[in-house]
Amino acid sequence: MTQVDITSPTMDGMGPHGTKVGLLRVLGPAHVWALGVGIVLVGEYMGWNFAVGKGGAYAALIACWFAGILYTCVAMIDSEVTSTVASAGGQYTQAKHIIGPLMAFNVGLYLVFAYTMLEAANAITAGYLFSVVATMSGHADALDQRPFIILVIMFLAWLNYRGVLATLTFNLVITAIAFLAIIVLFLSTSGILGGGIMEHAALFEGHELPYGWIGVLAAMHFGLWYYLGIEGTTQAAEEVRSPARALPFGTLAGIMTLLIAATLTWYVCSGVLPWEFLGDGVNGSVAPLFDTARLSGSTALVWLLGFGTLFATLASANGCINDASRAWFAMGRDKYLPGWFGAVHPRYRTPYRSIVFLVPIALIFALGAPLDQVITFSILSGLLGYTFMPLNIILFRRKWPLNSIKRGYEHPFHPLPAITLLTLCGVTFFAVFLGYGTQLVAMVGFYIVVSLWFHFWRYRFVNRGAQFTMPWPKPQGY
Amino acid sequence: MDLWNWLEYGAWALSALFGLHMLVDWLKTDSTYSEDVLTSSREGELEAMAEEHKVKS
Repeated sequence: MTQVDITSPTMDGMGPHGTKVGLLRVLGPAHVWALGVGIVLVGEYMGWNFAVGKGGAYAALIACWFAGILYTCVAMIDSEVTSTVASAGGQYTQAKHIIGPLMAFNVGLYLVFAYTMLEAANAITAGYLFSVVATMSGHADALDQRPFIILVIMFLAWLNYRGVLATLTFNLVITAIAFLAIIVLFLSTSGILGGGIMEHAALFEGHELPYGWIGVLAAMHFGLWYYLGIEGTTQAAEEVRSPARALPFGTLAGIMTLLIAATLTWYVCSGVLPWEFLGDGVNGSVAPLFDTARLSGSTALVWLLGFGTLFATLASANGCINDASRAWFAMGRDKYLPGWFGAVHPRYRTPYRSIVFLVPIALIFALGAPLDQVITFSILSGLLGYTFMPLNIILFRRKWPLNSIKRGYEHPFHPLPAITLLTLCGVTFFAVFLGYGTQLVAMVGFYIVVSLWFHFWRYRFVNRGAQFTMPWPKPQGY
Repeated sequence: MDLWNWLEYGAWALSALFGLHMLVDWLKTDSTYSEDVLTSSREGELEAMAEEHKVKS
């Protein structure tokens, strides 16, 4: 073991490679949970209901559970690899260690695009929510949403700039309130507390599977919405006090929370709202949980779910800024991007240049691009990232079998989760192709072009000496 | 002008304030510390310090 004074005030508790200012290790499992669930929970408040439009309420439930299996595999695989490769950058750093530079470059870009686009989509949604509140409170003219969209991005970027502990503690509080709001809505409308208003049998009669099994397949695209972003917990790897404990704990608790939240959301909304209205997320039910609260007739529930919707949106944007900036920072630190982005603020200990650099990009997409295109680009980038994970874990287990290196968590039944994840990713790619084939082809084309640029030009600048930083033995077979 | 018009102005002002604060602090930090210090972060520091891996024979 290297002899280093981890309490040194001058060397930042680090030192063997000369770090003078690094990211601060201050987070616990609850912050990891808040990061993962915070990014995702907005998908329960709005967006998932497009799956109902694609194939009816039962199709949305089947998609909910199959996507749940997909993301449980993601959470288990991520927990094992990240608790072992515990550095900022998450899946980017995993790819760098386990597969190679070109894969790492692509995965890094998937992460940055997925999170920056999702941040922009959340800001657009927040602006819309403010306009709804304005209309409900009697504002006569149409509200100018732009200042509220910009305020959401600027405030959350500022919070991220000032320190990770405050940022994720804020996320913890607002995410917990948004989750509890769903529980309270379920208890109040299902008949457990007071009179129930559920009408599942009447609403489903004659509409069990309106478009047959192809509708179920098409619903898988939006089934991702229930859980999209839970893999973001890995970006906290360099800032948690105990990566081997906090990352698996926070991530797995996060996916369990989301499985509960997703199923309850489907249950309460499909039992109150007719499927034609619920499935139309543009002209029908934009925010189904909020609409369910309105139909309950309780003013307290309307307020609670109104705040829940806003908090879920803010928590998601907040987590996305955190994650996109860590991925961008890690790529800068390794010179996959200009090394200038690899700077850490000496006082706040955050990747401040990466945070500030991504602000105008998020603003451009939030103010200039349509919401559905922004979200589709985010989903597709995420899906490409999930396809990388099974390959990653298979290679990881083959190169460093169990007992050859220390792992914070060992996921069970390998290679079953990897095969399941790969199969479900294939099904979801087909589902996405049915609805957004042009965008899928365009995006794959984009990643091919940037891969060529990286291979023929950028790779010469990469800090090749820092490719492999984990103190592991040589991989088996090398 | 009702409350929401004032809130619009308030949102513009707060956005500018947050942006300005980040910008000023960024410039101040970059001019106070050397690039060597700011970009000294290295991956894998804790692992190199605290972990010891041995292959099972």
